[in-house]
Amino acid sequence: MTISLLDRKTTLSIFDRMLMMRYFEEAVLRLYNERRFASHFHLYIGQEATGAAVLEALGDKDLICTTHRNHGHLIGRGSDPGQTIAEILGRSTGLNRGRGGTLHASDPSRGFLSTSAIVGGCAGLAAGAAFGIKTKRETNVAVGFFGDGALEEGLVIESFNIAALWKLPVIFVCENNSAGAIGPQQGGYPTAITATDSFTRLPAAYGIDCVKIDGTDIVAVYEATTEATRRCRTGQGPAFIEAFTVRWPGSSPLWPEPATVTDLNEAWDPTRIKGPHAAWVRDHDPLLRTARDIVAHGYASQDEVMARDKDARTRIEAGATFAIESPMALSETVYEHVFA
Amino acid sequence: MRKISYAGAIVEALRTSLSEDSTVSLVGSYVLGLGPKRVLMDSIRAEFPDRIYDPPTSEAAIVSIGAGAAMAGTRPFVDIGTASFSYVGWSPLVNEAAVARYMSGGSLRVPVVYHMLHGLRGGGAAQHSGSPQAMLWNAPGLEIVLPSSPYDVKGLMRSAIKSDNPTVFINHARLMDIEGDVPAEDYTVPFGRADIKRAGRDVTVVATSFVVHAALSAAERLAADGIEVEVVDPRTLVPLDHKTILNSVRQTGRLVVIDEAPLSCGVASEISAIVAEEGFEFLQCPIVRVARPDIPVPFSKPLEDAITPTTEKVIAAIRRVIDPRAKNAATRLS
Repeated sequence: MTISLLDRKTTLSIFDRMLMMRYFEEAVLRLYNERRFASHFHLYIGQEATGAAVLEALGDKDLICTTHRNHGHLIGRGSDPGQTIAEILGRSTGLNRGRGGTLHASDPSRGFLSTSAIVGGCAGLAAGAAFGIKTKRETNVAVGFFGDGALEEGLVIESFNIAALWKLPVIFVCENNSAGAIGPQQGGYPTAITATDSFTRLPAAYGIDCVKIDGTDIVAVYEATTEATRRCRTGQGPAFIEAFTVRWPGSSPLWPEPATVTDLNEAWDPTRIKGPHAAWVRDHDPLLRTARDIVAHGYASQDEVMARDKDARTRIEAGATFAIESPMALSETVYEHVFA
Repeated sequence: MRKISYAGAIVEALRTSLSEDSTVSLVGSYVLGLGPKRVLMDSIRAEFPDRIYDPPTSEAAIVSIGAGAAMAGTRPFVDIGTASFSYVGWSPLVNEAAVARYMSGGSLRVPVVYHMLHGLRGGGAAQHSGSPQAMLWNAPGLEIVLPSSPYDVKGLMRSAIKSDNPTVFINHARLMDIEGDVPAEDYTVPFGRADIKRAGRDVTVVATSFVVHAALSAAERLAADGIEVEVVDPRTLVPLDHKTILNSVRQTGRLVVIDEAPLSCGVASEISAIVAEEGFEFLQCPIVRVARPDIPVPFSKPLEDAITPTTEKVIAAIRRVIDPRAKNAATRLS
């Protein structure tokens, strides 16, 4: 256990972000199953440690672009859960007034510039945001989150080249969640089809500083991001972080399914873990791992952890209620916001 | 007034924009193409060495980087070069830059300019003669600028760089050497305001970019026969000045629309449809379109000439609307 390498405040702040991400996604899945929205969607369950620790290491002025698995990044950045759920439900009170939805939600007021649901699209946008930072001679950084599948897109490779040539302050965060994914042979879908045996070899070919880390280890993610931001802020960017997670079983099917339901008590009482996906919960759930480490290290008691858990659940439920009670986007506003 | 080249007018607009706003950057500096006028960019390169980035041949990435940099609050001017290359960067152009503001519900601005050189240029053939303005017009969220004169290009480029929206600035490769009156002082030409390049009472010809000059020479020649042609140059397709076009057709009752984009679903087709819907009662005869035929651009000169909207084709089209019964007199137009 390396959690002692982070101070208590930072650890608990990362943990709080993770709790919000997790219960947000469980709420989204429930709202989908209640038929409150119809579109395809992607859940961040299982990857919270990566997003939360990266976002913890960033400053308020840093800029973020992400990919379709975006809810966790938005909530981790501090976007209002009610407005974010409202966006997913197509409500007028949504972050983007119902024009983006789950696949395109953004929150520019928090430096959260874009969700591009075009695979790899965010890598170019993040490099561009970094180019904007360089043009303005500022010291903030841009972060682009994407999955391992994005490395199959030419735009991403082109963006590595330009980011390296122009020393752009951009951190590419590749969330490799494919380990253990079900391929087409088992009735699932292929997630990464590549001839390379190591994704970091691609950015490394352009001289980009690369690290491979355990994406469920908040210490590893926080430290890698802190080092990457240091490099970027001192003109030594870009950086590439590959964070491994094991795909949450609920994300393996074509459409997300409620494969597991979070109960933090399982963190200190593994005998409670039941069901067909018990192995994933026991070995790979970053939320349980972090909760367990926090208690084991004495940063908080079980009761204190559960109080935080309850607080996050309450905030998400309030957000869901706000969203459900909000009016749908008004059809007469459909022409608004095409141009500035 | 002082006469300078179209290329010189572009350089003046870029210099003023770079001097005035430190958030303006140039991604790609071969804005004037690779012809003899390219040397005019040397002074800009010397003056703003840290604001000009010549990128690798990665159109998708530079289009994307332009969009991202604009989202981050700067005003990049991204030169794509030959317009046919823009297809390589199509996804970030139509999936990111064009839609980002709408997807954000109005909370994001994307003030990027994408510059490209379109059109038939003599031997460019299928992959170096593209005119993507109609395809771009079918991607809502982009402003589209098609200047035809040195005066317009300077003022429109100033407006494009100041615009808070993603703007596609399409120059014709053959316009660079054209000379015209250009004030030395700074000015802007507003978007969405057509210019009547020549007034006339008998027939309206709507044209943009290089084919404005085919329209003007056709008008000049027909004036000798007593036919007065009004040449309307919309200057921007998005936004489009419906009013000036319709007012002209109201007075003339006859319309010819010229463009270099392929005929089907093209610029000429869209403008014709707008007039048919909004100004049908003004029309005394069917609208005639002169556009590129729906075939890839060929290389050999006689073949390229055969698909070019020339002065002769414009004259034939005008004669056809002046005397619709003389259909047989018209050559095959496109």
